Amino acid sequence: MSLSPEEVIKISHLARLAIDEQAIPKYAQELSNIFDLVAQMNQVDTQGIVPTTHPLDIPQRLRADVVSETDQRELMQKGAPSVEVGLYLVPQVIE
Amino acid sequence: MQWETVIGLEVHAQLATKSKIFSGAATAYGAAPNTQACAIDLGLPGVLPVLNTEAVRMAVKFGLSVDAHITPRSVFARKNYFYPDLPKGYQISQYELPIVSEGYLDIDLEDGTRKRIHIERAHLEEDAGKSLHEDFQGLSGIDLNRAGTPLIEIVSKPDLRSAKEAVAYLKALHALVRYLEICDGNLQEGSFRCDANVSVRPVGQKELGTRAEIKNLNSFRFVERAINYEVERQIDLIESGGKIKQETRLYDSDKNETRAMRSKEEANDYRYFPDPDLCPVVVAPEYIEQIKHELPELPQQKRERFQNDYQLSSYDAGILVSSRELANYFEQVVKLSEAPAKLVANWINGELAAALNKHNLEITESPIAVERLAGLLKRIHDNTISGKIAKTIFETLWNSNHTADEIIEQQGLRQVTDTSAIEKMLDEVIAANPQQLADYRSGKDKLFGFFVGQAMKASGGKLNPQQVNDLLKQKLAG
Repeated sequence: MSLSPEEVIKISHLARLAIDEQAIPKYAQELSNIFDLVAQMNQVDTQGIVPTTHPLDIPQRLRADVVSETDQRELMQKGAPSVEVGLYLVPQVIE
Repeated sequence: MQWETVIGLEVHAQLATKSKIFSGAATAYGAAPNTQACAIDLGLPGVLPVLNTEAVRMAVKFGLSVDAHITPRSVFARKNYFYPDLPKGYQISQYELPIVSEGYLDIDLEDGTRKRIHIERAHLEEDAGKSLHEDFQGLSGIDLNRAGTPLIEIVSKPDLRSAKEAVAYLKALHALVRYLEICDGNLQEGSFRCDANVSVRPVGQKELGTRAEIKNLNSFRFVERAINYEVERQIDLIESGGKIKQETRLYDSDKNETRAMRSKEEANDYRYFPDPDLCPVVVAPEYIEQIKHELPELPQQKRERFQNDYQLSSYDAGILVSSRELANYFEQVVKLSEAPAKLVANWINGELAAALNKHNLEITESPIAVERLAGLLKRIHDNTISGKIAKTIFETLWNSNHTADEIIEQQGLRQVTDTSAIEKMLDEVIAANPQQLADYRSGKDKLFGFFVGQAMKASGGKLNPQQVNDLLKQKLAG
């Protein structure tokens, strides 16, 4: 399997990673190697085998429905670049 | 060409838990911005989600109420996309193994027929935060109080064939989640939201047409309008030689139109994968049995019981069971008033519903509590007052704290049933209108109503209508 430059650009965009245009062939090759490994695994007959969804074979623990967190807005917002009337301010994204 | 509309709905119902789905932060509506967003909701490094047991219980309860399959081992997955109100860069949702699958909900249509709408799946997920785009000089304000609020997303099969059916399904689902007490159903506050997948195809065609997904439908009326608009748009486009694009569209209620959302076009590549932070959710058969026993009487069952036990029409019963509170109100009034159920239903669905509607109140906020309405209906039933007088007493009940008996006594509204008193009044009316009497006797039957009206007017509406009719007939005949 060989990824095209367009596919590499799309994947980097979906992951919001800025990549150097010159490095696209290199990434295409490396990603293709990963897909080759997947393709190789796909050849194994897995019929009747329950897919592994988690490496630990234990059920999810549940917590009681209790409010245990207190308001720590001031502390949380200390690290935010910009805050106004309690809101985090970010570059505008609008529909 | 004849076109067929095909609709599937995705409903997000906010689960009525006290704390969030994966954290101990509160879920109360209307708190100051970001005061209910803890480190887990903010997606700070090193935090781990821990699942809320109530969210699981509510999802199972829902699944059982729509006769669905409960997945013994369901899995949480990450849905990856970037938006400022989603701090982690992914939403924790369920993808391949949702907790609920393959159920159905029966809906009653206007023509009296019943239709089965299949539910493909219902899965647990966390809500995102809220973006506020006004007032920040080119910046957006982010409130993450809603981030991590538990949702159940209920996905129907494309079984709906009109905007009306879509609304009927939505209303049935809305009543159901409120009966189950798993969602407060508040549309204004966004506790119950709906996206509609709409497509059209030529009648008789098997394959589905290309669909558009309409977002931002926060009232039953908007759902109906948006779907109708979208169906017309698609038919117009195809008939004029165009092609439908699969896209997400936003409904604008001010302009009553849908329009394409730009940002979502390339976003539909969510790269789901199982969330390594959460183990599979295991639901044991004994647990399912236990919840089965906790299910309340559901709207459909209640409706059938109301039709059978109270001899109500499907229409009356349908309105009364639309909320559990209204149904309870009805049953209590029947019990206390000992009046016929049909009379009670007429008053609740008529006068009371109109007054509540006019003042924008829910049945739980009714100024006329069960006891006082029962008191009024009791007096209609035992003929103390006429139905007409009852309507004026109803207004006084609404505006005061008096009981119907107090109002009847104070204002002397007791119905006149004494035959001789009624006769005396009728004689006076007839004597005062000789011309009408002559006309009536020469064949103008319609004037009967005139005499009834005059007698009622003269008595202030206090005469028993049936007696007036009988006696007047005799007297006018001469």
